[in-house]
Amino acid sequence: MIFPFVWSVTASFKTSRQIYGGNPLDLIPNPATLNNYRKALSVLPFHRFLLNSLMLASIVPIASITLASMAAYSFARLQFKGRDFIFMLLLGVMMLPGHVTLIPRYALVRKLGWINKYTALIIPPIFGAGLVFNIFFMRQHFLSIPRELEEAALIDGCSSWGVWRNIIMPNSKPAIATLAIIGFKTEWNSFLWPNVVINDFLKMPIQVGLTYLQTNVQSSWDILMAATTLSIIPLIVIFMCFQRYFMAGILTTGLGGR
Amino acid sequence: MMRSLDRSQRQVRQTLTAWSFILPSLIGLGIFVYGSLVYSLYISFTSWDLLTPAKWVGFANYARVFRDETFIQCLYNTVYFVVAIVPLGIVFAMAMAMALNKQLPGIGFFRAAYYMPSITSTIAIGMVWLWIFNPDQGVLNALLKLIGVSNPPRWLESRVWAKPALSIMRLWQVSGYYMIMYLSGLQNIPNELYEAAEIDGATGWQKTKYVTVPLLSNTTLFATIMLIIEVFNLFEAVYVMTEGRPGGSTNTILYYIYAQAFQRYRMGYASAMAWVLFVILFVITLIQFAARRRKEEIGF
Repeated sequence: MIFPFVWSVTASFKTSRQIYGGNPLDLIPNPATLNNYRKALSVLPFHRFLLNSLMLASIVPIASITLASMAAYSFARLQFKGRDFIFMLLLGVMMLPGHVTLIPRYALVRKLGWINKYTALIIPPIFGAGLVFNIFFMRQHFLSIPRELEEAALIDGCSSWGVWRNIIMPNSKPAIATLAIIGFKTEWNSFLWPNVVINDFLKMPIQVGLTYLQTNVQSSWDILMAATTLSIIPLIVIFMCFQRYFMAGILTTGLGGR
Repeated sequence: MMRSLDRSQRQVRQTLTAWSFILPSLIGLGIFVYGSLVYSLYISFTSWDLLTPAKWVGFANYARVFRDETFIQCLYNTVYFVVAIVPLGIVFAMAMAMALNKQLPGIGFFRAAYYMPSITSTIAIGMVWLWIFNPDQGVLNALLKLIGVSNPPRWLESRVWAKPALSIMRLWQVSGYYMIMYLSGLQNIPNELYEAAEIDGATGWQKTKYVTVPLLSNTTLFATIMLIIEVFNLFEAVYVMTEGRPGGSTNTILYYIYAQAFQRYRMGYASAMAWVLFVILFVITLIQFAARRRKEEIGF
């Protein structure tokens, strides 16, 4: 299963002579070189792509989880008219494939003058099926927190906001971590939306940048493999460190991890 | 009197607090999801190239969808991919889950290795496989030649082999995700059932057939629906690896929608196709749930 990874990573250190002239089954770079990385970084501003993706994959999940846990607290603990109706209305969004809203979103962003701006890259992705999934997930989690914890604080005169901030959120760290990991992965890998709204190299995230590199260098596999390795490594590192949260995302709901 | 007033005041306050918690999400979703849906429906009834004002055309876009040979071809390709990917994906995922459902040292590594492709971006993976499938410089044909295939296929350049090539790449990429789902399904099967089957003299294969597979049927239903939806949404692999070529043999509905909207600026027509795709996916999900219910009624 990991052979294609091993193969492409090792290839990224091979000289182009070995790649085109040598045996493709030979896994060991001989001699090993960093030239491909140097070339990849000089053809296009790859460090910008990586930084933009890092920003995208941090801001969107943070915003989404914050908004979602606020809404989820309301759905899990507070009484108000129409609560269940609104909740059902929201759940419907999860059934909705993203491609139906792609064109109107693009038209809207264009009218707002956001094309090629970070606002277009970051704000629309916050509000979609992912947010609704996060609301659903956090609500389930909040329902499992014993009420006694909050009741003491409420009697002491703490407001709902105070309870949310000082009691509910600190008791939800594993759930938040799971959603943060899933969110980071989703945004790091996102392609279609950024590809449509950004064509300025300085604001481009990594996946879009990769496809531009592909068009630029055609089938220079040496450069392409160095670039794909660069784009995969941050995610692999995060995966290694937080593997159990990835698994938890699938196991608790059957939906996470996407 | 005083008390009831106090209570209603408290109620009002709680309602206000509750709304202040959900309002930011609701406003955003209202604009970018619910508003967009209505807008999308409107666009699908117009002819619009983004530059000149939209022109109302009624059902013309929808009528065109079903007469459009490219759309029909995409639909055919998608059915091909469903047949090629879904059953094999389910079998691989289930078999791997059974193989890895053991407490052995180092088993975590194998699970992670199998799962890793599904968290990696399709764009990056697509480039790696583009090279693997390269008929002259790729590793796959080098392997085939090594085992004596003198004239290996030209994979993505060939009308016959491009679809199988894409299917192989997607199978490799997604089945690990479903394996994890099956692993959790397996861990929910009570051990007593296997013990009872053993007392009745069941062999290993019989246990798999009569205990494991039926008890995983919920996971299988769910995984099947998700896989089908995933195949219908095939886009990034096509974008990176083939752009629908050769001769449209790997074109998919989503890629066609994208090309019509963002390369040809036919927003109305692309929106109409997006709604048709949505209805297809919705109907598939309903059929599968209905089939499931029938099966339960018969007492399977």
